[in-house]
Amino acid sequence: MKMEFEFPTPLTTVPSTANKTGVWRTFRPVINYEKCIRCYICWKFCPEPAISFVPGDKYPAPSEAFLKRDAVEINYDYCKGCGICANECPKGAIDFVLERGDGQ
Amino acid sequence: MRNTTIPEEEYMLPGHVACLGCGAALAMRYALKALGKKTIVSVPACCWAVIPGVYPYRTLEVPLLYTAFEVTGAAISGIREALEVLGQDDVTVMGWAGDGGTADIGIQALSGAMEREHNVIYVMYDNEAYMNTGVQRSGATPFGAWTTTTPVGKLRIYKKERKKPVAEMMVAQGVPYVATANIAYPEDLIRKLRKAKEMKGPKFIHIYATCPTGWRVPPNKTIEIAKLAVQTRVFPLYEVENGVYKINVKPKERVPVRDYLRMQGRFRHLTEEEVELIQKMVDEEWEKLLLKEEMTNRVRKE
Amino acid sequence: MITGNEAAAWGARLARVKVVSAYPITPQTKVVEKIAEFIANGEMDARYIRVESEHSAMAACISAENTGVRTFTATSAHGLALMHEMLMWAAYARLPIVMAVINRAMAPPWSIWADHQDSMAQRDTGWIQIYSESNQEELDAVLMLYKICEDKDVLLPAMTMMDAFILSHTMEPVDIPDQKLVDDFLPELDLPHRLDINRPAGHGSLIMPEGPVMEYRKAMADAFAGVRDKILKVEEEFREIFGREYGGLVEEYRTEDADAIAVVSSTIASTSKEVVDRMRERGLKVGLARVRYFRPFPHRELREIAKKTDMLGVIDRSYTFGYGGALYAETKGVLYGHSDIPVKNYIMGIGGRDVTPEILEKVFMDMLKIAKDGAVDREVEWVGLIGDERWSA
Repeated sequence: MKMEFEFPTPLTTVPSTANKTGVWRTFRPVINYEKCIRCYICWKFCPEPAISFVPGDKYPAPSEAFLKRDAVEINYDYCKGCGICANECPKGAIDFVLERGDGQ
Repeated sequence: MRNTTIPEEEYMLPGHVACLGCGAALAMRYALKALGKKTIVSVPACCWAVIPGVYPYRTLEVPLLYTAFEVTGAAISGIREALEVLGQDDVTVMGWAGDGGTADIGIQALSGAMEREHNVIYVMYDNEAYMNTGVQRSGATPFGAWTTTTPVGKLRIYKKERKKPVAEMMVAQGVPYVATANIAYPEDLIRKLRKAKEMKGPKFIHIYATCPTGWRVPPNKTIEIAKLAVQTRVFPLYEVENGVYKINVKPKERVPVRDYLRMQGRFRHLTEEEVELIQKMVDEEWEKLLLKEEMTNRVRKE
Repeated sequence: MITGNEAAAWGARLARVKVVSAYPITPQTKVVEKIAEFIANGEMDARYIRVESEHSAMAACISAENTGVRTFTATSAHGLALMHEMLMWAAYARLPIVMAVINRAMAPPWSIWADHQDSMAQRDTGWIQIYSESNQEELDAVLMLYKICEDKDVLLPAMTMMDAFILSHTMEPVDIPDQKLVDDFLPELDLPHRLDINRPAGHGSLIMPEGPVMEYRKAMADAFAGVRDKILKVEEEFREIFGREYGGLVEEYRTEDADAIAVVSSTIASTSKEVVDRMRERGLKVGLARVRYFRPFPHRELREIAKKTDMLGVIDRSYTFGYGGALYAETKGVLYGHSDIPVKNYIMGIGGRDVTPEILEKVFMDMLKIAKDGAVDREVEWVGLIGDERWSA
């Protein structure tokens, strides 16, 4: 059966989000929300990017005032575990632990 | 509620296949934040020809034209002229090539495109070797570096030639806007790319993009090393507008080059004397850069 | 009265080419100079990218065409050779670029005169190839090629060849078609896979062996197989509008009852027509098959022609260093299993060596002898070498 093509040359049209690079991880960054001051430096330096913004009250915070600011959340479907976020966090609020592969 | 120091909108999707901690991926992420949706990107053979993944996947939210290795300058010239014909001169054209594809095999097409003054932005993202093909030495590999074609060995053959100063070559050619940028300074990078977007004519941007894989550093150090490159003056951040230099970051303290070199496996073989030699070279280049800034500003005032 | 180069330039102008990207090389220079003149005088609305090498010329044509505009370029010999990588890129990217190639010898030693080594060496790149024998044909070829190439079932690039100096620099009377007629004949380019900011796709990404790469190539091969029909259709349309025809992929000249037929391209064919007429006047039954399209290779036409005669003399103006010249090797290839008449290869005109009517008459006499003998004396022969008495006048 002959293949029918939409275009004469192969065009890539499928978003790469179909490729869950989270499986690459050996180490996993874990945000400690008690320490996180929501400066967004981790979001800024993520190469995937696998960090996104979520409503401020989704996670605990160092104090009440911080809850007003949006929090960040790591998307473990894509996080490759490079550790830049943990290395750059000014408050050391991101732990970098061995990936156990069990979603913990 | 939140405020960020760089634009929030993403034009790059996760799921791409860049290495852990890839500086080139970050560079593109920032560049597209600066340029926005109405952009066409041309990419030759380089890491970025592989990063979006294999067919049928795409990672950018803008059209990406893959081209042969040496043609970026010519490719962006063609896209721009065609867009002018179609009356789409509000679309930004960006050539995005590696250091090998620019300084070596791509130098002819780059020089030609800049000389013809097409309205294009040429970005050389610099990971300082032919990384995509396995860390072979390029003209932009810095003095002292191990690469797979300068593998040190018993005869201590590391890269003995200085880094080809492509940005300076572009200034010498009279390109109206030439700038260096660095992934550890995304606000500055975005500002420069935005500036380039607003200007008509040829623009050349040289982005320092850490390669943890090729430089033999842990991937979590990508930003730290990039910052150190600027702080030690190994990779000065500056821009040249119509020949007038402006150094953007003048480190207050003199951070020794040793701190930068000793973080990287590719410089592990260097003796203390060789490290001193590199310090001298860096100091010399920095002095020259300061003089260029002084001189060109003086000439402009007169 | 215009030269071949000017004819090619006129073709580009009438086709309303929008981007020209070219680099100078003797003897192509007048093509691009004429185009630059047209643009400078406001007679042609196009952008001219004065690139810094032929490789960049083709690269810029590729990216401009991929953005969705009609492009044109011209080159010769070393310029064509330098473009080789990009020729393959243009074809695989399915871009209907049209290029004028002035056939010139390759170096070393340097020669600016006509031979076909340059274009023959590119026959595997996936480009349609046509050889013109007159300036009129060159102009018309440019127009017809855009129509053929931009067809959605084709989408392949094409090169049209002219012999260096013999056509490129020689003035001949040329009828320059009316722009309005050309506009009716040639619609605007509508490239299905153009770059579009409303469609953020990757054009030309990495593809794995298990991805449909082989299938896309097959689709391209199928498109190439369909080109012959498109050629015939477009030439018919052209004849209806402009009143000129050229005989399809292979122009037959006095082949009906020929004892021997020369298979030959380009200006050697033009000279050969004179020789055929002279010999026919003397009662010698010779004919000529002028191969216009080398790609697609006219296997059907050549098989039909072989049926009409007792011998084929294939004249090549290049040499493959394989077995004979390219036209000879491919002709014999398609005749295998279809004809067992003797076929001989005459290598002539290399490095621009002059091919005179006198030498051609000797070649035709040799062909007639072989037709009578029923077998070739030798399969490949270089004709016109200095000191070779057999072929001198």
